[in-house]
Amino acid sequence: MLATDSAAAARRSFHIVLVVTGFFAVWQFGVFVLRPPEYLLPGPIAIFRELLSAPLWYLGNSLDTIGATLLGFLVAVAFGCLAAIGIVYSRLLENTLYTLLVALNSVPKIALAPLFIIWLGTGLQSKIAISFLIALFSIVVDTVLGLRSVDPDAVDLFRSLRGTPLKTLLWLRLPNALPYLFAGMKVAISLALVGAIAGEFVASQAGLGYVILSAQGAFQTTRVFAAIVLLGFLGTVLFYIVDLVERLVCPWHVSHRAQHHDAAGAG
Amino acid sequence: MSLAPTRHPATASADFLRIEALEKIYMTRGGGVTALKHVSLSIGAAEFVSLLGPSGCGKSTLLRCIAGLERTTAGSISISDNPVDGPPEHMGIVFQRDVLLDWLTVVRNILLPCRIKGLAVEPWVPKAHALLELIGLGGFENRYPWELSGGMRQRVAICRALLLNPSLLLMDEPFGALDAMTRDELNLELQRVWMADAKTVVFVTHSIPEAVFLSDRIFVMSRSPGRVVDVIAVDLPRPRPLAIRETPAFSDYVSRIRQVFEGFGILRGSHARD
Repeated sequence: MLATDSAAAARRSFHIVLVVTGFFAVWQFGVFVLRPPEYLLPGPIAIFRELLSAPLWYLGNSLDTIGATLLGFLVAVAFGCLAAIGIVYSRLLENTLYTLLVALNSVPKIALAPLFIIWLGTGLQSKIAISFLIALFSIVVDTVLGLRSVDPDAVDLFRSLRGTPLKTLLWLRLPNALPYLFAGMKVAISLALVGAIAGEFVASQAGLGYVILSAQGAFQTTRVFAAIVLLGFLGTVLFYIVDLVERLVCPWHVSHRAQHHDAAGAG
Repeated sequence: MSLAPTRHPATASADFLRIEALEKIYMTRGGGVTALKHVSLSIGAAEFVSLLGPSGCGKSTLLRCIAGLERTTAGSISISDNPVDGPPEHMGIVFQRDVLLDWLTVVRNILLPCRIKGLAVEPWVPKAHALLELIGLGGFENRYPWELSGGMRQRVAICRALLLNPSLLLMDEPFGALDAMTRDELNLELQRVWMADAKTVVFVTHSIPEAVFLSDRIFVMSRSPGRVVDVIAVDLPRPRPLAIRETPAFSDYVSRIRQVFEGFGILRGSHARD
């Protein structure tokens, strides 16, 4: 099973590499034929040359952005799960916290970024806070849905054995909510990255958002593109890490089972 | 209703589960809907009874009342002379859908009642394996529910219900979602399991042959309002093979029950009066 699993994974990553390489090839070909000025549209080769000219500098800035993204994301997952449990079990929290979250979600969170810079300064904390806030909503909404959408017969089964609310939570509602939580996390991880970049755009001295802004000021378009390519790469990696964790944590889920059978059939 | 201090064994066993003047009224916007009206019956220890009736006759509601999952409007239910208030101890339940938890292996699903009740799991592991063996699923311990067929899943659900040695087993149309052949097979399995370790079974079904095949006694129910209209004791030798359904004795029971339904305006037409 593990062998066919990793074979399927290999096939998937092969597809990704193929599509991305194709995209870059078409791009490079267009630049080669049309020869736009480099400050408007550099080709992929120029961009990769730029990346390789200062790999450590790019690595450091990437780590800065990733750190803020991951911390904001993880805090959002932890707080989001607790909030979702509270909302499902308490009418009061549903009426207050949930209502507030929905209202807050209607505000474009990027509009709040300047406030966090005022409150927390231009360092890591404000970026984490913006990441957290922007990632939180999808996690709470999906987890609430997952905790609620348990089979009523399963609830009756627990009741018939006099299961306490805690047992029902641990053995029924939480495992049932895991696939929903992961769906929320997949949306949230991309949003957390958006949050970190938004924070860096408003004010910062490090990170890929800072690289983009400062390079833009100097018309170093190749550098802007280099940072964007890195962001695309990192965003994809982060997404697939969440995807991988999901496969490990809930292998029973329907959307994965299909691939199990596919892989089994092909192998 | 014997209030005598000394009790004949037969009388005692006929009183394991006693329901008196049970009524269940659902409140809806349009007013009360009477799901059960004046249901009185008593079931003996280790007896296999069926609640048989068309949809809407309240047979599932009655089962849920016995299970303590549904509040009763009036009347009383008692088990071994203890009034039922909430789910009774030593009860196992099987629903129409197997309700196996997808994230647990077969054996862990069977052990779930231990988790729910907060019991140590280890002592029950051999029992879980024995039940799987008994019901013909030995070797499937570590499979996941989604790797099993519908019939196999429902067998696992039966094992789960039997794990903690319940004295009362409630089954709410457990084979209603299965195809006819799987259903026959599971009827045989259920009879075998029940004969190996007889416990009181209350079995809800709308299939007359299934009720006759499995039961010691059948409570025939009618609708609007839901009530018991007849009690039929099935006196056929056990173990009953599937072929017993082609015997005249079996057919007599089936047609007797059908006539009861016809008398109440249910099952009219096609094969009426033969």
